[in-house]
Amino acid sequence: MYDDLITRLTAGDRRALARMVSLIENGAPGSQEALARLHALGGHAHIIGVTGSPGAGKSTLVMQLVRELRRRAARVAIIAVDPTSPFTGGAILGDRIRMQDIGGDPNVYIRSMASRGSVGGLSSATRDAVRVLDAAAFDHIIIETVGAGQAEVEIVRAAQSIVVVTVPGMGDDIQALKAGILEIADCFCVNKADRPGADGAVAELRMLLSLDTGRDKAAWKPPIVKTIAATGEGVPALADALANHIAFLRASGQLVERGERQARSEILALLYQALLARVDATIGPDRFAAVVREVAARENDPYSAARAMEQQLGL
Amino acid sequence: MAEQTSLDATPQTQVAPTARKIRVLVAKPGLDGHDRGAKVIARALRDGGMEVIYTGIRQTPAMIVEAAIQEDVDAILLSILSGAHMAIFPKIMDLLRGQGATDILVMAGGILPDEDIPAIEAMGIKGNFGPGTSTQDIVAYVRANVPPERMAQPLPPLQTLGTPPTDATEQA
Ligand SMILES: Nc1nc2c(ncn2[C@@H]2O[C@H](COP(=O)(O)OP(=O)(O)OP(=O)(O)O)[C@@H](O)[C@H]2O)c(=O)[nH]1
Ligand SMILES: [Mg+2]
Repeated sequence: MYDDLITRLTAGDRRALARMVSLIENGAPGSQEALARLHALGGHAHIIGVTGSPGAGKSTLVMQLVRELRRRAARVAIIAVDPTSPFTGGAILGDRIRMQDIGGDPNVYIRSMASRGSVGGLSSATRDAVRVLDAAAFDHIIIETVGAGQAEVEIVRAAQSIVVVTVPGMGDDIQALKAGILEIADCFCVNKADRPGADGAVAELRMLLSLDTGRDKAAWKPPIVKTIAATGEGVPALADALANHIAFLRASGQLVERGERQARSEILALLYQALLARVDATIGPDRFAAVVREVAARENDPYSAARAMEQQLGL
Repeated sequence: MAEQTSLDATPQTQVAPTARKIRVLVAKPGLDGHDRGAKVIARALRDGGMEVIYTGIRQTPAMIVEAAIQEDVDAILLSILSGAHMAIFPKIMDLLRGQGATDILVMAGGILPDEDIPAIEAMGIKGNFGPGTSTQDIVAYVRANVPPERMAQPLPPLQTLGTPPTDATEQA
């Protein structure tokens, strides 16, 4: 159905690429078939997630990282995710403001996406957009996302290397890191290192990492890189750290493991959606709601209710 | 991408992930450094349920058109105070045409002298919102004027790339 679009986007046509991302974001009929074909074409890009607290300098850092990767002759795509307002469904996507220097480079593609209805900061459309960009033969795909709890964990599903950006003088920020994203970071970036307290922040992170017993001793030790995104200082070291990380994943077999973990969660999510659609079609939302009320009122129990539905669905 | 079903525990306040959203690029061409007006409009469009790509001040025509293409926006709102519109607007329209992106609604707002309006309209730029225009009117205008072929549910494949337009009606 989208053969023409796929041919053109794999040949480097940016309008075709942009339109394919829109079609997928809107769940257009036939987009799953297109994604299936795109999936077969991809698998070559290094997918990098960048997360951290609001205003930490993520977009500026991404812009500098792209400049560095361009110096290394790579083609780079960026997906910048900002939150959808839960009240209006609208969004202001402002990450491009910091990326003007690279916006006109024909080997760079930048796409702003709203999180829309997704639970974390990363919509499932983001993962599908990554699939389009991967098929379009970008060497690196960078996802910038708002650092808001669940979002960091969601990033893991789409990214191979995760950069957590923090800034000096945010003790609370470091405390928050402890709560969940310490485990998922493959690389820490202490940005705004031109400000006082950068070395202290590095030391604090190092201390926290040494306490993190959840990590396998033989596993990757996340480097801590000091950067000044405003000037680009430290960014080559960040690019090196990311190159080392993907090399480590490849050599250790963990890249395949990560890929399988992602594939598994995607299949399960699709199965779950398919099951819901069948429940909708076979049992119907009204009957379902009635059963929910019965169970809540203790006229029925969840086990019998589920078993009856399974039978009706032919499971 | 799977369908949202009515059984999903999506709270009422949240929007289905697959809902068609109007995407608008709010751009600030020219050399003046004030973008308060552009930001007010951006927020109003957001509050109207749209996705607004805001790119900051001092945008060249090439930057604006490149961003519009990469972001696949439905509409561009050019906010201008500097008086350079008669030099900048034709460049933007030429670049858009050069990319075959003629299905994007292009609007202007800011300080545009009355005597220039006919020429601006002749370029295919709509709206021409003066300083007194209410943000609600701008939101309503965008909603009403995004080309219908773009608002087909879902987006049509690129007609200008040679895909038969029948696809759009099939999907509707
Ligand atoms: N002093 C200093 N300021 C910086 C540095 N990096 C970024 N900034 C500034 O920090 C502010 C926020 O930068 P962004 O790149 O927009 O930060 P962000 O994390 O992408 O912000 P959100 O996407 O809104 O969460 C801007 O004013 C930048 O100029 C740095 O290394 N040093
Ligand atoms: Mg940002």
